[in-house]
Amino acid sequence: MIEFIKRKIISENFDYEEILLTPILATLLALIIGCIFLLATGESFSNILLAFSNLFIGAFGSLNAISETCTAATPLILAALGISLAFRAGLFNIGAEGQIIIGGIATVIIGFSIDFLPIWLHLPLALLFGAIFGALYAAIAGWLKASTGAHEVISTIMLNLIALRLLDYLLRLPIIQKEGRNDPISKSVLETAQLPQILSFIEPQLRIHSGFIIMLFAVLFVYWLLFHTTIGFEFRSTGANPNAAQYAGIKASLTIVLVMGIAGALAGLAGANQITGVLGRATPGFSASIGFDAIAVALLGRSHPFGVLFAGLLFGALVAGGRLMQVKAGVSIDLITIIQALIIVFIAAPLLVKNTVPWAFKAKKKS
Amino acid sequence: MVNVELKNISKSFGPVKANQDINIKVKSGEILGLLGENGAGKSTLMNILCGLYRPDTGKIIINNDEKNFDNPGDAILAGVGMVHQHFMLVPIFTVTENVVLGNEETGRLNHLKINESEQKVREISEKYSLLVDPKEITERLPVGTQQRVEIIKVLFRSAELIIFDEPTAVLTPQEVKELFNIMNALKESGKAIIFITHKLHEVREVCDSISILRSGTIVGDADPKKVSNKELATLMVGRPVNLSLERKKNKTGKSILKVKDLSVLSENQEIAVNKVNFEVKEGEIVGLAGVQGNGQTELVEAITGLRESVSGKIEFFERSMQSLTPRKIHKLGVRHIPEDRQKSGIIGNFSVSENKILNDYYQPPFSKNYIMSWEDVDTVSKKVVQNFDIRTPSINTFAENLSGGNQQKLVVGRELSNNVDFLIASQPTRGIDVGSIEYIHKQLIETRNNGKGILLISTELDEILALSDRILVMFEGNIIKEFGSNASIEEIGLAMAGQV
Repeated sequence: MIEFIKRKIISENFDYEEILLTPILATLLALIIGCIFLLATGESFSNILLAFSNLFIGAFGSLNAISETCTAATPLILAALGISLAFRAGLFNIGAEGQIIIGGIATVIIGFSIDFLPIWLHLPLALLFGAIFGALYAAIAGWLKASTGAHEVISTIMLNLIALRLLDYLLRLPIIQKEGRNDPISKSVLETAQLPQILSFIEPQLRIHSGFIIMLFAVLFVYWLLFHTTIGFEFRSTGANPNAAQYAGIKASLTIVLVMGIAGALAGLAGANQITGVLGRATPGFSASIGFDAIAVALLGRSHPFGVLFAGLLFGALVAGGRLMQVKAGVSIDLITIIQALIIVFIAAPLLVKNTVPWAFKAKKKS
Repeated sequence: MVNVELKNISKSFGPVKANQDINIKVKSGEILGLLGENGAGKSTLMNILCGLYRPDTGKIIINNDEKNFDNPGDAILAGVGMVHQHFMLVPIFTVTENVVLGNEETGRLNHLKINESEQKVREISEKYSLLVDPKEITERLPVGTQQRVEIIKVLFRSAELIIFDEPTAVLTPQEVKELFNIMNALKESGKAIIFITHKLHEVREVCDSISILRSGTIVGDADPKKVSNKELATLMVGRPVNLSLERKKNKTGKSILKVKDLSVLSENQEIAVNKVNFEVKEGEIVGLAGVQGNGQTELVEAITGLRESVSGKIEFFERSMQSLTPRKIHKLGVRHIPEDRQKSGIIGNFSVSENKILNDYYQPPFSKNYIMSWEDVDTVSKKVVQNFDIRTPSINTFAENLSGGNQQKLVVGRELSNNVDFLIASQPTRGIDVGSIEYIHKQLIETRNNGKGILLISTELDEILALSDRILVMFEGNIIKEFGSNASIEEIGLAMAGQV
């Protein structure tokens, strides 16, 4: 960490405006425009104030709020780490949603079918299977690209749809479907395959679970992988200048499959985390667009593991706070989706931010 | 008659003063040479004159009339035209279509009056002896003729002042001669011309007066009839420059690289290299001359393992290299300075030290058991920065923030800093300042004097002549002629045009 600060933050390459200021301003602008939306729909000023104060209270106002924020953030960050890794290697992995689903199913099956292992073996095994199946599923897109040149955006979108339908099919198979149910729903995972809550000794309803800690380790792991290993150097070279990487003897095809595999493992872990930490079973749509929201998190986090951590916590806060906002102020939680979408618009078009609040930026030299 | 004057022009981009208080004058029947290194501010000044930039201060005066150009259209209306270094032509359009593009004459219902335009193009082409068929598809024309289309384009818009931006960079010596004839014909007919270049003998040959630009200011004017190359170079660089290289006689040793009957296909599956044979020995620089696009790129890619060859042999110390990956070839001691440093030589948003290890990041001391050792990378990078005179604020600076010359020195430093046996140097000094050129040339000579072999690929004949012990000329995929180091520029020029 100290070395990170030394190499990146103090060095002259740390572009504070791009890495910190733009995302923060993008978020603020999105919130302001969110207000204008509310005004346009005829909400009173006082109610808007109530909505936003509850948004904040619901996200950070109590121990329970913070627990909810972290619980919502964990899978987002895990999946976004995978997307960032792929970004760094020049790949646009839209397939996190599908990878989450496949990883989740694998975890569910391991979670309910093995009943003879102690928790310290059963739980890691369930998580590991989630990661492996996510990796294999993503590697399909990587392999297609490496061998045939099929664009990963197209193939991952298609794989998302396949995963979605596969989930519907699997949930109706007798060996997976819960006994005595007609609707598609899986058996519940055994207690030995559940991530323990970490603050239940304070209050039993605090949902934050050990998946949060696993996620923190994943952040550190991805940082280490990207910036301190040979493989990470290859990923970054291939992403930053594929030509130069090729001239330097880096095999693009190998890199593509490998990076998609690791990205898929992280997304699969996000799915496993939801199954073993929150849901306990798989239902249609259990992935809840986490894989798509994670793309936004990766963008907002500038594809840097630490940036992703903060961006993910922000998105988690919006989800957790949004629920209270809906209850207390009667404002639809769809507003949160609008705000998230606006953040992406501003992040994707940084000039928009610069032109809206020009005084926040120093005049920069043009080359 | 036209009389153009730029008065006290200044332009800054943030803290960078691109132009400071510049005054130049040019009038009908005159060719003004604007001489300066890359980054001296020539392009900024011309972009101001063409209406692309607005000056911070200063005036543009045309025929005693002060002009304010809001956009390039205004400049064209005022009679200013520019022949760009990189042609702005649509390859699949005919010559006429390219000429009228943006100024189409149309009749009823927007009907394109292409026949009338064709007639006009023919008239211009005859008047200034710019021979070109108005109906020919542009991409089928040789580069020199495409340039004529650019000139016709400017004349079609009735330009009185014509700016030529580095027009000779893409031409063979013969085409350069023809271009100078055209420029002289334009001058005779009363056009004013600004000729931008960094080649000293060219300004002296064709210009009526010379202004020298350095770091954004005019540092001097010169009379082309009296000034010497040496004086011009000193003005341009700001210090005395050693133009002639000292080259000891070489002692050649064993054969390093042998290429036998090698054929290589281009991207679109056409024969790019056609049964080529040559050899490079220890202690010699073999120059490969030729107009760009005659198979040099494909040849280099085949030798470095980046492209498969369809037939023939490549041997390195009598060992076949063809089945090897680029990495294995690199490990054998073959180093490569790529022709396009931005595209394949450096990674812009990687630091200087990350760029330094691009080829051998996976080996100790930089990587041990797949884990990077950044301390060792930094130590080695600092040494290379020092040994190869790379001017950078620190080794953590992004390579894209370095000047072209320093980026190139970084590439050269990376390739020459360890265990070189054979170097392929493609366009090692393209687009960089004289100081860096001097430095890189010295490094190449030193490498050769240490008994290594070098294959030098360059479109700059001056460079080929200054460095090579033997010169091969490549034309349409064939090596059509070999010269000794004392060949004349005319002989090689003719061979480059395919005339042997």
